[in-house]
Amino acid sequence: MYPSRFSYEAPTSIDEAVELLRLGAGEAKVLAGGQSLLPMMKLRFASPGTLIDINNIPDLAYHRADADGTYRIGALCRHAHLEKANGLAEIQPTIAAAAPLVADPIVRTRGTFVGSVCHADPQGDWASVMIALGGSVVAQGPDGSRSIPVSDFVSGPFQTVLGFDELAIEAVVPAPVGDRAGGYLKLERRVGDFATAGVAVSIERSGSSVARAGIGLTGVGSSTIDASDAAASLVGGNLTDDEIARAAELAASASRPRSDHRGSADYKRHIVATFVTRLLSNLQLTNQEAA
Amino acid sequence: MSIDEIKIGGLGASRRRVEDNRFIRGAGNYVDDITLPGMLHMEILRSPLAHARIKSIDVSAAWAVPGVRLVLTGEMMASRNLAWMPTLSYDTQAVLATDKVRFQGQEVACVVADDPYIAKDACEAIVVDYEPLPPIVNPTQAMASGAPVIRDDKVNQQDNVVFDWDVGDKDGTDRAFAEADVVSEIELHYPRSHPSPIETCGSIADFDRSTSKLTVYMTTQAPHIIRAAVAIVAELPEHMIRIVSPDLGGGFGNKVPVYPGYVASILASILLERPVKWIEDKSGNLISTGFGRDVYLRGQMAMRQDGRILGVRMHTDSDHGAFFSDAQPSKFKIGLMHSAFACYDIPTAHLTSRGYYTNKAPGGVAYRCSFRVTEAMFFQERMVQAAADDLGMDQAEFRRMNFVQDDDFPHRTAFGFLTDSGQYAKCLDIGLKAVGYDDFLKQKEEAKKRGRLLGIGISTMTEPLGAGNSREYDILGIKMFDSAELRVHMTGKAILRTGAKTQGQGHETTWAQIVAHELGIPAEDIVVEEGDTDTAPFGMGTYASRSTPVAGAAVAMVSRKIRAKARKIAAHLLEVSEEDVDWELGRFFVRSAPDLGVTIQECANAAYSNMPDGMEPGLENNAYYDPPNLTWPFACYIATVEVDPLTGVWDVLNMVAVDDCGVRINPMIVEGQIMGGLTEAYAMASMQFITFDNEGNCIGSNYMDYLLPTAWETPGFELHEVVTPCPHHPIGAKGIGECATVGGPAAFVNAVMDALKDTGVRNIDMPLLPDRVHEALTEQHDVSGAPPLRTDS
Amino acid sequence: MTSLFAEVTSAPSNDVPVRRVSLRINGESRTVDVEPRLLLAHLIRQGFKLTGTHTGCDTTNCGACTVLFDGSPVKSCTMLAVQADGHEVITVEGLAAPNELHAVQEGFKEEHGLQCGFCTPGMMLSATALLDENPDPTEDEIRWALSGNLCRCTGYQNIVKAVLWAAEKLRAQAPPNDADSAEGEAS
Repeated sequence: MYPSRFSYEAPTSIDEAVELLRLGAGEAKVLAGGQSLLPMMKLRFASPGTLIDINNIPDLAYHRADADGTYRIGALCRHAHLEKANGLAEIQPTIAAAAPLVADPIVRTRGTFVGSVCHADPQGDWASVMIALGGSVVAQGPDGSRSIPVSDFVSGPFQTVLGFDELAIEAVVPAPVGDRAGGYLKLERRVGDFATAGVAVSIERSGSSVARAGIGLTGVGSSTIDASDAAASLVGGNLTDDEIARAAELAASASRPRSDHRGSADYKRHIVATFVTRLLSNLQLTNQEAA
Repeated sequence: MSIDEIKIGGLGASRRRVEDNRFIRGAGNYVDDITLPGMLHMEILRSPLAHARIKSIDVSAAWAVPGVRLVLTGEMMASRNLAWMPTLSYDTQAVLATDKVRFQGQEVACVVADDPYIAKDACEAIVVDYEPLPPIVNPTQAMASGAPVIRDDKVNQQDNVVFDWDVGDKDGTDRAFAEADVVSEIELHYPRSHPSPIETCGSIADFDRSTSKLTVYMTTQAPHIIRAAVAIVAELPEHMIRIVSPDLGGGFGNKVPVYPGYVASILASILLERPVKWIEDKSGNLISTGFGRDVYLRGQMAMRQDGRILGVRMHTDSDHGAFFSDAQPSKFKIGLMHSAFACYDIPTAHLTSRGYYTNKAPGGVAYRCSFRVTEAMFFQERMVQAAADDLGMDQAEFRRMNFVQDDDFPHRTAFGFLTDSGQYAKCLDIGLKAVGYDDFLKQKEEAKKRGRLLGIGISTMTEPLGAGNSREYDILGIKMFDSAELRVHMTGKAILRTGAKTQGQGHETTWAQIVAHELGIPAEDIVVEEGDTDTAPFGMGTYASRSTPVAGAAVAMVSRKIRAKARKIAAHLLEVSEEDVDWELGRFFVRSAPDLGVTIQECANAAYSNMPDGMEPGLENNAYYDPPNLTWPFACYIATVEVDPLTGVWDVLNMVAVDDCGVRINPMIVEGQIMGGLTEAYAMASMQFITFDNEGNCIGSNYMDYLLPTAWETPGFELHEVVTPCPHHPIGAKGIGECATVGGPAAFVNAVMDALKDTGVRNIDMPLLPDRVHEALTEQHDVSGAPPLRTDS
Repeated sequence: MTSLFAEVTSAPSNDVPVRRVSLRINGESRTVDVEPRLLLAHLIRQGFKLTGTHTGCDTTNCGACTVLFDGSPVKSCTMLAVQADGHEVITVEGLAAPNELHAVQEGFKEEHGLQCGFCTPGMMLSATALLDENPDPTEDEIRWALSGNLCRCTGYQNIVKAVLWAAEKLRAQAPPNDADSAEGEAS
């Protein structure tokens, strides 16, 4: 398998990259990790006129917490950076739980977090995680930057609201209200398989009371699903069995799965409910320990 | 002072592999590693549709791409009488489509260019105008009245039936069923899968006009069959064809047939007088080359109330795709399906089989399997479990009471095979002990009380390996023997060549061990070569676990011929008559004076420097081995699993394998073969399948959809051995490469079905994907057929 | 590189832009002109004639093309050759010095961790990267680290044993100071 011809640019600054995108007038694609884009180009499902390789732009490979707890992930932060980050589970448990489940270990050394969110594959893991965390993407365009909540950022299968002349330079997770807890569960037929269904959960709580909750669903709709009703139902409560059951039911009904060779729509909805229950029950245990 | 056979790397030595020395350095030589001067590159344009009439093909834009040297279409092939070629099952197959395309992925055109990127660009520039026809994607559709005839190219083909075939005793079986106390039934689908070696198929054809010689480097498990086929298809003189099969990145049956890409690259090289390389991409490999299985099986077992089996009926409906290109012995239309139930003492049986054309890739190759025995043994062991359940008998006990007994060999099976030897009950007992059978049954009951679902599955079987004997087994009329040629040099070092072709089995290591065993020459002093038809003796190649039973036997026999000549030389050197010479490993000695002796190396030296008067010089010979029977290894596989009732996910807790493959030449390699086979068994049971939607689109056309298990999912294995030497093989060995793939799947499936026993569910067809297991559990019904591509409206 | 002979070509047959790329491969500096669409795997195999790096699939699944890119395992069929500009690539041919074997190579032979050999180079490079990071991995850690490399022959069990064999040998070879500190950390 061999890609079609394209012209190749390797900018060394964000401004230069944005200018190249502007000149590309919609025919240019950004190459970060390339672990989804290059296979699609080899299969000739994608044939961009220009590839803008951002790997030579310095200082984008970071992931760090600001003093206030805001968490930032740069456009060249690879999945493996997160998977191998010490202590990440304490401050970003949902990200830490999902990182080892993205693709396979070798793809993780190259693929990027922000690139995965921008790829907007309904079966991609990171968009669900970002939705659960209430995160956003910072896009840099010719006229400056803007911050777009991930729930608005993904507009459809493999589609985002990113303008053709905008470069996603950073993903931002807001500081938690109280203590953050969460997790990610993914049903895959094999390591490296896309999710049959995946669930990202994040809750923030003061004492045992839930102050904020987020639930993102992977692979059960034509794009990543924000199970906002399910999440909202948890706020103000303290993860009782009844609350968990209700959230699981709401999340399942928010999912829009299709039947395919990975399973029937009913099965996938059932998996969503099962995973929401499992994830929240784990957090219930930590709640009881805290109390 | 006799030689320690293990020390010289003889029989039974877990000798480290010779071939590894290059593979671990990245110095293997696979076909894509070969670059010839002036070499061009070929890519294939494939049909996007499963069934369509070709209205026109416009290749002008492809010719216009800079760097393009040749564009081939079916029309051009037809003008050279090469549009169609014979298959290994006496059918025909399109090389490049002329009239219709008959499956998605069928070869439509080829482009040869300076590099493969350009060739691919040019393929994209070809415009084909198709008129879609209704596709047929399974036997049910194929047999429906009024179904479109796929093979309208064939005179007298009025329907989609490939063959009707039956074997066994119908009347006797009917009588057995009439006398039965209990009759059990089961119906199964063994889904289509693909052998899928990591290396795809490919070839480099190099026609030299100045010598008229055609050399083809190619991925083939059977180079001599290919040479014969090329001679017939391309009408080239056989002595002007040289097929070289270099290192193969796995085969598993996929690299036995002749593929259109090979033929097209050969024609391109002849036309261009340049070497032409074709390397298939993974999608091409998965959607167009020889698949395995795809058989619907149903049958019944007649039993007495006490558990004795009285008779078996089987019927198969097999899906062969658009061309009948199964690679199998010609006499048996559904391979050795009738080897089913060979380990059980069953008085009578009857099998009916019907094959169908569909709009799917052709194949039905022996995917790590001795010609459909995988389907046969899977059916057998699923049937046996269902029967034991119906009788309310213990799984193990039911098998044991129906086994052929140790003193009942050779045993004529109900279908007419002659099994050679075995200790079936002993193998079963070792397996049960290893897995802790009685404890597990208790544990399972305990777990059930806490809502956990545990299950245990047994699979026991013997299978026929090592086709053939030449009376019954041939491919395209060529008898299924094999060969070895041994040359001992004057310093006692040697080169051995065989007609087999290693593809990971380690022939370079193990064949030398057989010679070491027979002659006492250290294995490290023997180099083994295979795969070059200009140097190797004629052989049928490596598939269907036939190498050790046939070529391996030829290696022993040629060594014995060498030893016979060396004995004469020894007598000459020792100045005694031949009758007074005795042999111990590596040395002849005078029977009455054992200290007086000569080594095999001294004999080798004398063969070139001091031979007896009247003796032909040299120490070399060859042997063609026509096996008297197939070899019949036995295996007992036992799996334990836990099913998550909420998700349907199942995990393997334990997998115990007890294999009796007779004498083990290299125990390390034998164990490697078993573990590889168990992994493919697990793959079949859990995730590996190819299916088609109603339009005939192949689902499973790349590794994102065609799932091979990784190191993470693959369970650990516990191996045990029993050795019952094969009575008719020169060193007592039996085949082993495929036992675990053949017998393994039923162990996993039986285990999951055992975990679900209380639901009343009788069958879930493979693969046991979590959603299918969950559906069976919650809906309490069987889940049958290939995983459907349900599309919601 | 000899100066005795070099072919002089007239204008190229088509105007395909190329880019100049300089990289270190197995310790050697190389500079080549490549079409941007050339995959790194193909530069390694066809350009540098290092055919130990294999290509097995087209979809970034099989890992036969795994090489070390600045020390980390990557699938070289899913990178462009131009992306290697200024970087360091190690292939199976560079795992050990001439006439030597890396412990991982020895381990694969000793424990029968390969059959057809096609996945082996990629598998060994992933294993090497694991052992660089984690000199004393558990069986589960090995299985996890190798789960981006498919093997069709061995069933993985012997591959796991091969990596354990190599880990033990490497630990035994490690300078005593390192060994002490490693033990200190573990306890």
